[in-house]
Amino acid sequence: MKHRSPAGEVVLLAAAITVPWLLQAAGEDYYIGFATRMAIFALAATSLNFIVGYGGMVAFGHAAFFGLGGYVVALLMEAGIASAWLSWPAAIAVATLSALAIGALSLRTRGVYFIMITLAFAQMIYYTVVSAAFAGGEDGLPLMQRSTLAPFDLADDATLYWIALALLAASLFALQRLAGSRYGRALAGLRQNETRMEALGYPVLRLKLVCFVIGAAVAGLAGALLANQNGMASPTQLYWTQSGMLLVMVILGGVGHRYGGVLGALALLGLEEALGRVTEHSHLYVGLALLAVVLFAPRGLAGLWKGTAR
Amino acid sequence: MNPLLEVAGLKRHFGGLWATNGVDLTVEAGEIHALIGPNGAGKTTLVHLISGGLLPDEGRLRFAGTDIARRSMHERVALGITRSYQITQVFPQLPLLENVRLAVQARQHDFGSSFRFFRPASADFSLIEEAEEWLGRVGLAEQAHVHACDLSHGEQRALELAMALATRPRLLLLDEPLAGMGPEESAHMAGLIQSLKGEQTVLLVEHDMDVVFRLADRVSVLVAGRIVASGTPDAVRADPEVRRAYLGDEVQ
Repeated sequence: MKHRSPAGEVVLLAAAITVPWLLQAAGEDYYIGFATRMAIFALAATSLNFIVGYGGMVAFGHAAFFGLGGYVVALLMEAGIASAWLSWPAAIAVATLSALAIGALSLRTRGVYFIMITLAFAQMIYYTVVSAAFAGGEDGLPLMQRSTLAPFDLADDATLYWIALALLAASLFALQRLAGSRYGRALAGLRQNETRMEALGYPVLRLKLVCFVIGAAVAGLAGALLANQNGMASPTQLYWTQSGMLLVMVILGGVGHRYGGVLGALALLGLEEALGRVTEHSHLYVGLALLAVVLFAPRGLAGLWKGTAR
Repeated sequence: MNPLLEVAGLKRHFGGLWATNGVDLTVEAGEIHALIGPNGAGKTTLVHLISGGLLPDEGRLRFAGTDIARRSMHERVALGITRSYQITQVFPQLPLLENVRLAVQARQHDFGSSFRFFRPASADFSLIEEAEEWLGRVGLAEQAHVHACDLSHGEQRALELAMALATRPRLLLLDEPLAGMGPEESAHMAGLIQSLKGEQTVLLVEHDMDVVFRLADRVSVLVAGRIVASGTPDAVRADPEVRRAYLGDEVQ
């Protein structure tokens, strides 16, 4: 509830905007795509952090919404609809509807049962998609081109990066507003004492379902972006390891911290990329880094900063 | 006039035990109605059944003319039944003001919905002002910005009472509000309950007989899941069955 000046955020955002120009100047155009991946995963991890950190629900099936977003874009493109103005909202809509169904059933459980049931639903979606011929099976669905987003030209790598960045910034701003709103305060109450919230007359299940659905909707959008970046909708985007990776990002960055998802995504992808150049066993070192964070910085990287208000 | 709360033939069992075994009870609007009974008589179960924490197996439960037997807890709160817990239930890591503000915000029909996602809740001055009033009412105005976990046990109970009152219930269920309190804290809480007399309908579950017989307009005695006596404090005190089943030597 602190009123901080957003100066630091503005500077960081400005710096992030300049990234493609810097990379082009350095002749490292390849890394624009990498920066885009970072922005997209930051968005996806932030959406999961909203469910886990703000809503207090440890969901282990976030890949379902992330992956479905990608498949919606790819399938619509096959059907001749390339416009992002149509396909991205459709990706959000499909993620929203599946989260409504999955959430309405899963949220009757809690703790480890909630983890398992969200995982089970996500895997059901994975196997359904992989066994569907029209969705490309194990090979996934290639995109013939990137989505069109007139007046912007997404075929240009830098433009796709800026769009991803803009959506990330908008989501972070919305999240900040949401945390301080009546709804956000109610979520804070839920995290601390669900019994008391119920006894005060709050419709607990509905409050949690809305949180779950908001997180899923944003994940659907991130999935639509990733399909564009990868040039395909792939089954790995739906697979449970993807859910695990997003959870790792959230834990690494800081559960319930506004920038936890962003920091976690930057750290994990950056670490993988850097280690991938020097060793074949990058996963081992990433694992060790995660262990170190859990042991020595239980509030994540964000917790290392001062004034870590939600 | 119809009673505010009407319980008839209410039953609830756990395995082979009928914790509530045909309870008949009425609470009139405006009264402080005490529910007493030995340990294990089923008092807390009955509070759960009335508040919606548990659903009954059989029986009738009417509140202000509405059948509430199958309603969820939050629906019952919306109708006007709010409870406090035997074990303190507050938001430990939030300031007192926010604890009570959440209770005020819960009254959706007065202040609009909690499904508002953008405007800062801190800009809702009406909620904050009212929360401050309720804190003042229970004597915690000075500590508005202290976290609930930093309060003494007695203060936490008072906070819980403020939160329950802030939902503006038509019927307030207090489950052993004096439990675990020292004499000074007890006296303060008893004074708070006394101050509700005449303006707030209360169903009070309490072990402290002095307080019960001093505050209550009517007393019902629950023994083994059944109401064995119900009436004015004097009538209940004189009831031979109550003396035999429950009060024993305490009142001699």
